[in-house]
Amino acid sequence: MNDLEKRLLNEYQKGFPLTPSPYADIATKLGTSEALVLQILSRLQELGVISRIGPVFKPKRVGVSTLVAMAVPEEQLEAVAEQINNYTEVNHNYEREDRYNLWFVVTASDKTHLQTVLAEMEHQTGYNLLNLPLEKQFHIDLGFPLWC
Amino acid sequence: MVLTEQDYQLIAEIQGGLPLSSHPYAEVGARIGLDEGEVIERIGLMQESGVIKRMGLVVRHHELGYKANAMVVWDVPDNELDAVGEALGEEPCITLCYQRPRRLPEWPYNLFTMIHGKERKRVLDTIESLSQLPEMEGISYKVLFSGRRFKQRGARYQ
Repeated sequence: MNDLEKRLLNEYQKGFPLTPSPYADIATKLGTSEALVLQILSRLQELGVISRIGPVFKPKRVGVSTLVAMAVPEEQLEAVAEQINNYTEVNHNYEREDRYNLWFVVTASDKTHLQTVLAEMEHQTGYNLLNLPLEKQFHIDLGFPLWC
Repeated sequence: MVLTEQDYQLIAEIQGGLPLSSHPYAEVGARIGLDEGEVIERIGLMQESGVIKRMGLVVRHHELGYKANAMVVWDVPDNELDAVGEALGEEPCITLCYQRPRRLPEWPYNLFTMIHGKERKRVLDTIESLSQLPEMEGISYKVLFSGRRFKQRGARYQ
């Protein structure tokens, strides 16, 4: 990655300009052209380094969500992960190295719908789940420092 | 802030990302009958009131070479939770620090943190040094490195 790309990634995970032409304003700050900024961002999106340019919502303000863990036998893991992925309410789904080896986030517009989805998942997969909703946040997500 | 019907329409338009064009806010507004200035104003209000935590590039750690990603879960006595949560939340390489409920007997852990790194060894060293903080004495924890990623995208609110 070149210096311009690194600066874009480090400096614009928050504070994206709320101005009529934000990409041109970023370009001015970084001493380059709007066309180049747009070109780099489009390439980073294609590569999957950036998943999107936009808002990160505070949990619990818009809709409800919860973190769910399941303990699935290794040979069943891929099949169950696929069943879980089929729910549009699921936006992250990871394998983790533990007896609880499948971890995913379920988001819904209200509590009732969330509970319905969770019950359906247990029924469909045949595995119990741990429902671990957020209770308190101690760290505000301001993006990720790339020097860690 | 009370979100209006139009705010929800705006959220639906921007949650998947802003367009890569010279006037992204005008473009988004045109789809839902708002002008550029109104879009900027409503997003600004959502930021001020905390509905939106941040606006910007949402990066994927894995594609950036951060492949050693650990969720570290801690079993913290309830009366120490705030002190421990705040201490860990201030550590620069911890990206998330949340309290979640215990689910006994299977799951005694009530504090969740995420640590991203390029190498497993370095992440484990970081965790080891965190566990040496004075607030962490006697607190048991478990490290769950991530394996396969089956799905990753921003939340969608319908």
